[in-house]
Amino acid sequence: MSALTIADVERIAALAHLDLTADEKTRFAKQLADILDYAQQLQSVNTEGVPATAHVHAAAGVERDDALRPSLTPQQAVANAPDAAAEAGLFRVPRVIGG
Amino acid sequence: MAATARAVRDEIAARRASAVEICQDTIRTIQATNPALNSFLLVDPDDALARARKVDARIAAGDVPPLAGVPIAIKDNLCVRGMTTTAASKILQNYRPPYDATVVERLEAAGAVIVGKTNCDEFAMGSSNENSAFGAVRNPWAPSRTPGGSSGGSAAAVASAQVPLALGSDTGGSIRQPASFCGVVGLKPTYGRVSRYGLLAFASSLDQIGPFARTVEDAALALGVIAGPDRADATSSRDPVPDLRAALTGDVKGLRVGVPRRFVSEGVDEGVKAAFDAALAVLEGAGARLVDVELPHASYGVPAYYLVCTAEASSNLARYDGVKYGYRSKAAADGLQAMYTHSRSEGFGAEVKRRIMLGTYVLSAGYYDAFYLKAQQVRTLLRRDYDRAFESADVIAMPTSPIPPFGLGEKTDDPLQMYLADIFTVSANLAGVPAISVPGGFVERGGDTLPIGFQLAARPFDEATLLRAADAYQKLTAFPTVAVGFRHDEPS
Repeated sequence: MSALTIADVERIAALAHLDLTADEKTRFAKQLADILDYAQQLQSVNTEGVPATAHVHAAAGVERDDALRPSLTPQQAVANAPDAAAEAGLFRVPRVIGG
Repeated sequence: MAATARAVRDEIAARRASAVEICQDTIRTIQATNPALNSFLLVDPDDALARARKVDARIAAGDVPPLAGVPIAIKDNLCVRGMTTTAASKILQNYRPPYDATVVERLEAAGAVIVGKTNCDEFAMGSSNENSAFGAVRNPWAPSRTPGGSSGGSAAAVASAQVPLALGSDTGGSIRQPASFCGVVGLKPTYGRVSRYGLLAFASSLDQIGPFARTVEDAALALGVIAGPDRADATSSRDPVPDLRAALTGDVKGLRVGVPRRFVSEGVDEGVKAAFDAALAVLEGAGARLVDVELPHASYGVPAYYLVCTAEASSNLARYDGVKYGYRSKAAADGLQAMYTHSRSEGFGAEVKRRIMLGTYVLSAGYYDAFYLKAQQVRTLLRRDYDRAFESADVIAMPTSPIPPFGLGEKTDDPLQMYLADIFTVSANLAGVPAISVPGGFVERGGDTLPIGFQLAARPFDEATLLRAADAYQKLTAFPTVAVGFRHDEPS
C-alpha cells in the first residue's frame, strides 16, 4: 500500500497551484494512494526495450511558412480577461511579490 | 419532425420544411424536455433562428449542403464563437470564445444549425456526467440513472429526440460509453481524423471529437463533414477521407470479426454478456466470420490510461489561472502566485483537482519513469496488440461497457470504481484506432429497461470498414433509438 502522506499531498498541490482544505487533503491522500496502488500493476509488464508512445500517429516536421495570417486583435484577445487594459491589449494581474 | 439528420435534410431539400420551421420545432422540444434531463446548458433561440435563417437563404439561392437545416447540439467543451463555452466548469462559466472550433465551422459550412451547448463532465473528466458544475444529466431511458459520460448531455439529447445529431469528445470512452448507456450511435474516429482545434484540451494525445446520432448513416454523414486535415491542428492527419456513406453497402459477408475472448469474459454483467453474444450471432448470421484474437495488454488499459491522461491534463489545465480568461478569485490575493492558486482552487471541481494532482505526481521528479514513462511503454505494447489482431481480423468486437447504466450517486464515492468501468473503451484511445458503439439490445434491471451498447473497432483510418460493419448490424437489429416517453409524432 503506497501511502501518501498529507505532506506529499501538500507538495503536489503546491506544484499544481491548488489550495486544498484539510478535508480534501485527507480524502485525496487516500484516493490518490488507491489509484496509484492500482496503477502499480503496470510494473509487472515487461517493457524492456519498448519505446514510449507519446503520440500514436506522430507526424514529423509538420510546418508552415513563417508568414502573417489573420489572427485576433489585441482587444479580442483580452476580451475574456477578468481584468484587462483593453486599449493597450494587456492583461492586468496582481504584482509579483518576492522571488 | 423527421427522425434522422438525413430525413431532415431531405425534407429541407424537397422544400417540405424550412430550416427555420425545423429550428422552431427543435427549440420547443428542448424547452419542454430539458428541465427533466438537464442535457442542455445553453439554448439561445434568437441565435439559433438567426443561423437557421442563413441556411434558408442559402437554400433559396439553390445551395443545399449535406446537413442543410439539421439541428445539432455541441458539447460544451467545444468553442462556438460568442456562445458561452464552459467545459461544464465554474472556471469558464462566462467564457465566450472569440473563435469557432474547426468542427463547428465545417458543420456550419455544411448547413447544420447549432441549437445549443450540451452538458458534460467538467473538462470531459468523468463517466457519468455527475462531475458537471451545472448539475447531472438524467438518462432518458431511466431518470434515476446516469446517461454515461463525459458527453452525457449530447447522448441524452439524441436519445430523447431533442436533436438528431450532437457532437461529443472521446478521450477514454466519453462518446462511446454514453452512446451505449443512452441507446444511440456514438463514434470515436481514428486519432487525427478530426481536428481538435477549438476543443478545450483534456489529454492531447487521446482526445477526439465525434458524432452522436440515431443511425450509423447519420454518423457517417457527420464524420464526412467534420473530418479532414486542418492547418490549425498539427496532429490532424492528411490521410484522405473516403466517401463514408458509399461505404455503407450492408454487406458483411466474409468480414472477419475479432473477439478477444479472455478480455471480454472477465467482470462483465450477465445481461451485457448475453447482448454481446447475440450481437456476434447477428453478424455471423449475415455472413461474417468470428475469429479469436488476443489483446494481451488490454487489461492494463485502465491504469495506463489514467496515468497518461492525467499527466497530459495536468499540463493542459495549467492555462486556467485567472489571467487570460475564466474565473479569478475575489479573495484578496497576496500576489500573482496566490491569485493562481485561489482561482484554480475555487474554480475547479473535485474530480478535476484529483486528476490534476495525479498527473502532477506521475510527472514529478522521481516518479516519472516508474509511472508516466512506464504507462507510455505499455501503450506501445497495446498498440502492437491491435496491429497484430488486425492481421487476422477486420474489426474487433467488444461490449462498450461491462455494466448497464448505473444509478446517479452509485459510484461517486469511489473514483477508482468509476474508472474501472472504462475497461472496454480506453484501449481504442491509447492505440489511436477508430471505434463505435451501436445500440446492442436491452436488459431489465430494477424495473428499468436499459440500453446496452455493442462496440466495434477497426484499423487506423479504416472508418469505412468500421461503419460498414456497424451499419449492417444496426439494420439487422433495428433497436429503437429514442427512449420511451420521448417518442413524439414519428412514422413508425
